[in-house]
Amino acid sequence: MTGRVEGKVAFITGAARGQGRSHAIRLAQEGADIIAVDALKDIDTVPYHMATEEDMQETVRQVEALGRRIIASSADVRDFDSLKMALDAGVNELGHVDIVSANAGILSFGAAHELSESTWGEMLDINLTGVWRTAKAAIPHLIEQGTGGSIVLTSSVAGLRSYTGVGHYVSAKHGVVGLMKTLAQELAEHHIRVNTVNPTQVDTPMVQNQGMYDLFSPDIEHPTKEDFARASGDTILYPIPWVESIDVSNAVLFLASDESRYITGVALPIDGGVLVK
Amino acid sequence: MTGGRVAGKVAFITGAARGQGRSHAVRLAEEGADIIAIDLCADIASVPYPLATKEDLAETVRQVEALGRRIVASVADVRDFDSLATALEAGVDELGRLDIVCSNVGVNNPAPTHEITEDDWHEIIDVDLSGTWRTTKAAIPYLVAGGNGGSIVLTSSAAGLKGYANIAHYTAAKHGINGLMKTLAQELAEHHIRVNSVNPTQVDTPMIMNAPMYKLFCPDIDEPAREDFAPISQQMNALPIPWVEPRDVSDSVLFLASDEARYITGVALPVDAGVLIT
Ligand SMILES: NC(=O)c1ccc[n+]([C@@H]2O[C@H](COP(=O)([O-])OP(=O)(O)OC[C@H]3O[C@@H](n4cnc5c(N)ncnc54)[C@H](O)[C@@H]3O)[C@@H](O)[C@H]2O)c1
Ligand SMILES: NC(=O)c1ccc[n+]([C@@H]2O[C@H](COP(=O)([O-])OP(=O)(O)OC[C@H]3O[C@@H](n4cnc5c(N)ncnc54)[C@H](O)[C@@H]3O)[C@@H](O)[C@H]2O)c1
Repeated sequence: MTGRVEGKVAFITGAARGQGRSHAIRLAQEGADIIAVDALKDIDTVPYHMATEEDMQETVRQVEALGRRIIASSADVRDFDSLKMALDAGVNELGHVDIVSANAGILSFGAAHELSESTWGEMLDINLTGVWRTAKAAIPHLIEQGTGGSIVLTSSVAGLRSYTGVGHYVSAKHGVVGLMKTLAQELAEHHIRVNTVNPTQVDTPMVQNQGMYDLFSPDIEHPTKEDFARASGDTILYPIPWVESIDVSNAVLFLASDESRYITGVALPIDGGVLVK
Repeated sequence: MTGGRVAGKVAFITGAARGQGRSHAVRLAEEGADIIAIDLCADIASVPYPLATKEDLAETVRQVEALGRRIVASVADVRDFDSLATALEAGVDELGRLDIVCSNVGVNNPAPTHEITEDDWHEIIDVDLSGTWRTTKAAIPYLVAGGNGGSIVLTSSAAGLKGYANIAHYTAAKHGINGLMKTLAQELAEHHIRVNSVNPTQVDTPMIMNAPMYKLFCPDIDEPAREDFAPISQQMNALPIPWVEPRDVSDSVLFLASDEARYITGVALPVDAGVLIT
């Protein structure tokens, strides 16, 4: 059976763990080769750990176990040259790039008027400007190849509505939706489609940490994962505490595949109905 | 291939005799679903182009059966709740269950808003919006009683998300479908029943490939033909294509119908070549 993205190559940022790893595996299951990057280092203003070298090796192992190729390297979406080098090396090896998943992102916390310059700045630099750099590195390849392409930017439900205590994240993720729409316009003539996925809480290290538990249960002294499950579930229409990475990956796969060949400029919520609650 | 992306499920599709409805039936059947199909198979006086025929519906049956899937097809009118309920009951009796609902029927009848007659206004709303409500009303009891959740996909339009001149009733009805979709998503979430819409730009079907609809899009051309319509239609899209194919909408319906979208509900999914961002 040929897969739904057979023969395509996908560039994925933040691919060492969480949703990025899941996207790599899901796309590989459907026949894609992968160019994977991740910063693989902690970030000053973020109160939980980022992915490690071992995490990235595990992504590589899982993609290769599916019989697909993967070129993995460390690159930071704050550093355009590192992204470009990693991508160019991957394209050199794998021959082309067809799918871009701009997935790397961070979360930190604080009321908008209490955020420090550095917490605000690092958030915007990674979650918004990092997405722009990712697209900027990939678009010349897509245009030059002349075979179209699909760019999927990871925004969030926080790109479509606000949440208290994460104003910088909300601003960055809204910005990603705006960028997506402009890119969709600019690239349509090249048959390059640009869309976002907008997940609600996803069960990854980004939300399974004390900072997030505190944000969601401000009235509980030391909220636990169970407290978070309840509070998180209360924000979601569907009777679930959160969605899984695979749910976002299935949406990314759909948007990456030719099944959505005429879908562009769309923000696709994977949110259990948060937005219609 | 074992299974398929909707293997073992049963889909109820309205307006299944031709166009997108037939395409949805075939696409879902390709991925393992059995089909309950209905269509009016007759014209409607105020709709200025021919609707599907019994032969069209028979062709849908043939194509689904050629894939080795079962299909129960009958004539029913979305303006008549009892006809829908009867057709659906017969289908579920035969096929044993219901999982997916594609409320796909829609008709149009261009005219400037102030020239639309009371009857014409009523007919478009009755078929496009109230017909969608009746379709869900007939199907929801089966989905709830089945206890396996379900996926309802309402066919709206880009006209459900933005305005189009000279089809006010259609635009209002399609916007109404998006409102209905959101309310149903709320009401049915506890049953694990998801409700979403697809919102296509122009689709290459008999609904728009006819003289009155060419005239809607090309008011300045005397007797516009498909060739005149194509570039004007393309100007409306961001992607350099004049229209999408029924299969493109079916691929989105399939995604929303399948468990790949198990936590997607209350969403309007444009299949619109970027109409909304141009
Ligand atoms: N988890 C959620 O609830 C949720 C909800 C909506 C959206 N998102 C978004 O999904 C995306 C993926 O997040 P996740 O949930 O998998 O979390 P995660 O923390 O598991 O994954 C993020 C990955 O990005 C990497 N990364 C961070 N900064 C980087 C940088 N500067 N350069 C390169 N790589 C960097 C991390 O090392 C990590 O591997 C993010 O954009 C996030 O904002 C997450
Ligand atoms: N073609 C387009 O450009 C386009 C664009 C956006 C949305 N849509 C929507 O897509 C849906 C499918 O349309 P299509 O393009 O396949 O057109 P179509 O005319 O080929 O199909 C509509 C089908 O509905 C049937 N029907 C009409 N009235 C009925 C009634 N009262 N009861 C039962 N069946 C009835 C017709 O016989 C026909 O088979 C419609 O809801 C339409 O509004 C179409």
